[in-house]
Amino acid sequence: MIQTINFLKPNRDNIKNYSIIGSFLVLVSLIDVISNAFLKINLTSFLPGSLTTLFPLIIGLIGLNMMRIDYSGNKTLDLLNKNINTNNFNALLTLLILFSIIKALPQSLSWMILDATISGDSKDACTGTGACWTYIKVWFRRFMYGMYPNEFHWRINTAFILVIALGFVGYFMKENLKKYLALYYVIIYPVIAYLVIYYLISGGSFGLQWVETGAWGGLSLTFIVSFFCLIFCFPLGMIFALGRRSNLPAIKYISICYIEFWRGVPLITVLFMSSVMFPMFLPEDFFMDKLVRVIIAITLFEAAYCAEVIRGGLQSLPRGQYDAAKSLGMGYWKMHIFVILPQALKLVIPGIANTFLALVKDTPLIFVVGLAELAGMLALAKTNPKWLGFAMEGYIFASIVFWIICYAMSKYSYNLEAKYKTER
Amino acid sequence: MNNIIKRYIPQILAILFVVLIFGFLTMNAQTNMDNRGIDFGFGFLSQESSFDVQFSLIEYSGSDSYARAFLVGLLNTLLVSFISIIFCTILGVIIGVARLSSNYLIKNTAAWYVEFFRNIPLLLQIFFWYYAALRALPMPEKANAWFGVTYMTVKGYYIPAMVWENLNVFLYCGLAAIIAIIVIRIYAIRLRDTQGKQIPVLLYSAALLIVLPLLSFLFGGVSLEFEIPELKKLSKISYIYEGGISLPPELIALVLALSLYTSTFVAECVRAGIEGVTKGQKEAAASVGLTPNQVLKLVIMPQALRIIIPPTTNQYLNLTKNSSLAAAIAYPDLVLVFAGTALMQTGKAIEIVSITMLTYLTISLTIAAIMNWYNKKIEIKEK
Repeated sequence: MIQTINFLKPNRDNIKNYSIIGSFLVLVSLIDVISNAFLKINLTSFLPGSLTTLFPLIIGLIGLNMMRIDYSGNKTLDLLNKNINTNNFNALLTLLILFSIIKALPQSLSWMILDATISGDSKDACTGTGACWTYIKVWFRRFMYGMYPNEFHWRINTAFILVIALGFVGYFMKENLKKYLALYYVIIYPVIAYLVIYYLISGGSFGLQWVETGAWGGLSLTFIVSFFCLIFCFPLGMIFALGRRSNLPAIKYISICYIEFWRGVPLITVLFMSSVMFPMFLPEDFFMDKLVRVIIAITLFEAAYCAEVIRGGLQSLPRGQYDAAKSLGMGYWKMHIFVILPQALKLVIPGIANTFLALVKDTPLIFVVGLAELAGMLALAKTNPKWLGFAMEGYIFASIVFWIICYAMSKYSYNLEAKYKTER
Repeated sequence: MNNIIKRYIPQILAILFVVLIFGFLTMNAQTNMDNRGIDFGFGFLSQESSFDVQFSLIEYSGSDSYARAFLVGLLNTLLVSFISIIFCTILGVIIGVARLSSNYLIKNTAAWYVEFFRNIPLLLQIFFWYYAALRALPMPEKANAWFGVTYMTVKGYYIPAMVWENLNVFLYCGLAAIIAIIVIRIYAIRLRDTQGKQIPVLLYSAALLIVLPLLSFLFGGVSLEFEIPELKKLSKISYIYEGGISLPPELIALVLALSLYTSTFVAECVRAGIEGVTKGQKEAAASVGLTPNQVLKLVIMPQALRIIIPPTTNQYLNLTKNSSLAAAIAYPDLVLVFAGTALMQTGKAIEIVSITMLTYLTISLTIAAIMNWYNKKIEIKEK
């Protein structure tokens, strides 16, 4: 009995035979699956019933079991065993994952690339079985800029380039001006950015034609909304974070109420509030643009999350910092501006980056109050009688766009986190 | 004197500021409502709602009141959150553990799963499932049976309904089993603390949970039948399933998107929790002679759970709040039924939006309060 089990268990003497037979079996199972998936040939059709589907799995498992040799001396084999083949259960999972990737690959490949159409500029061009990227190509400008007039798209582009360039000023500032950096980012930069976006994108003066906010849309609107919400929610969040840690009860409880209120309600109700309830609270004859109302609503909402992140940073500072600042005779504001906040804000940069990530992911929600950013434009394009039936392509495109943005941001925030971790 | 001024002036100013803002807003609201001839009040809640809701857990028709419509919406919100929480926990735990696997393929598949679903806005995922993926399902007459009795069609998922007889007897038996389990647990803990004896609580509990309900079937007159959905021809081209329960595609899309999205966050919590238990703990436990199972049960899990549970509850809360996105695909949840349809009909913007927000706020604050209590309880008490 023991001998028969040992027969399947490799040892040092028969490493070579076992590894060769094992890898051959694994190869057979892989070839079977690949030919099945890519060439639609069933090599094992002679086998009865469900055994055909199970065949590669069984053969592969036996092969991997035979290959599992401890300290074989062969580097590749050891690496393989250590990483994907530590025991039978792991081997099974490995095979399942490999097989499902192989099975899924040809279908998605042919749909997305091989059978897809991108030429032409109407629905008639899409006759193949694959995806119709023509749809994306034709609607691309709409998806990016919304209903903004085509001939003015350069205005949006210029405004974005300007705003980004102004954002990088901090990197190139002279050493003796660096102390004004915080002032620049918290007060001057938002104002300049607002003016740039107002005069360039809205227009109305300097010979630029007025474009009302209802026409704004697409991905550029996502950027505008998230940009403004970020630069406004940060100072507001700072105030409430300090307020929550204040030892003056009235201020403390006002801050707590504010933070807990906004954190307790879903963004969608906040947006509903901004669009249907807020106009009731404004003075008569005072009109506020819908986009502005939405930006205010999201800013108030995100400020609560920002406040909690900043509070985390304030809390993680050792008490000694406060005591040292006080012993130097600094007052509350001096202590916070010169000692506490510079350290705390540095600590919370990754957290703020995460909040911003959440904010960008939340912006498609403004669709529910009728602002047509990317998701809204997709809904619009989807119901266009000339382009019915391409919902899949549209949502895949939007998902890819958002995924790239959000993934880049999350990687950046990981980097920041790693960077600031080592410094402390 | 100086101190008093420093303490009180800012507080008075802050309160004054808040009061002024609220006063200004209410004053505006008052004049606006006067001008438009709207009066403030919650009387509309008892009025007849006269709109229909597609999917509801309780009996509801157009002749019911707005208050009942609110309840329908709330229950639908809770239903979708509950189902999604179960699925996202199962998925999240599996993915979280898989991320710690020694297997290179599994580890990376899990990592990519997390990166993939976490970085796509939830609304887009809901739209994708609802408008793209679920629309590709077969029509009712062409649907294949899943597990023989359930049908996934473009009009929804049809599952068998359970028809109970003497359900209350069954429920009492279940309740009795749960009470018995609690008693046994308390007894077992006392026994362990006083005499150092261990009794297999889990085995007893499982036995009780199976045996007592089984007894109710044998002697309590309880019977269970399944009503299987059947295809019925409505007209020449239109078919529908009758009998059983039909889960609307909105619900399915929402559950899919919410549980896939939230499971990535739960997975990260689980991973952080398991990684948070230091290796020394395992080794120390093993060195005092605990078996691997005991190490997991008595040493690793209690510590890991302490790290996992608070952020995971937070994710559940987020999920519940995110379920309000249902309004975007017309699943009749609280926001759609109440802040959507009811608001359109009555025009009571202030009342309805504040009721909706207060409902979510109540759910959040309740869960937050329970969490704080729990955190206090499991806090490591250092001397």
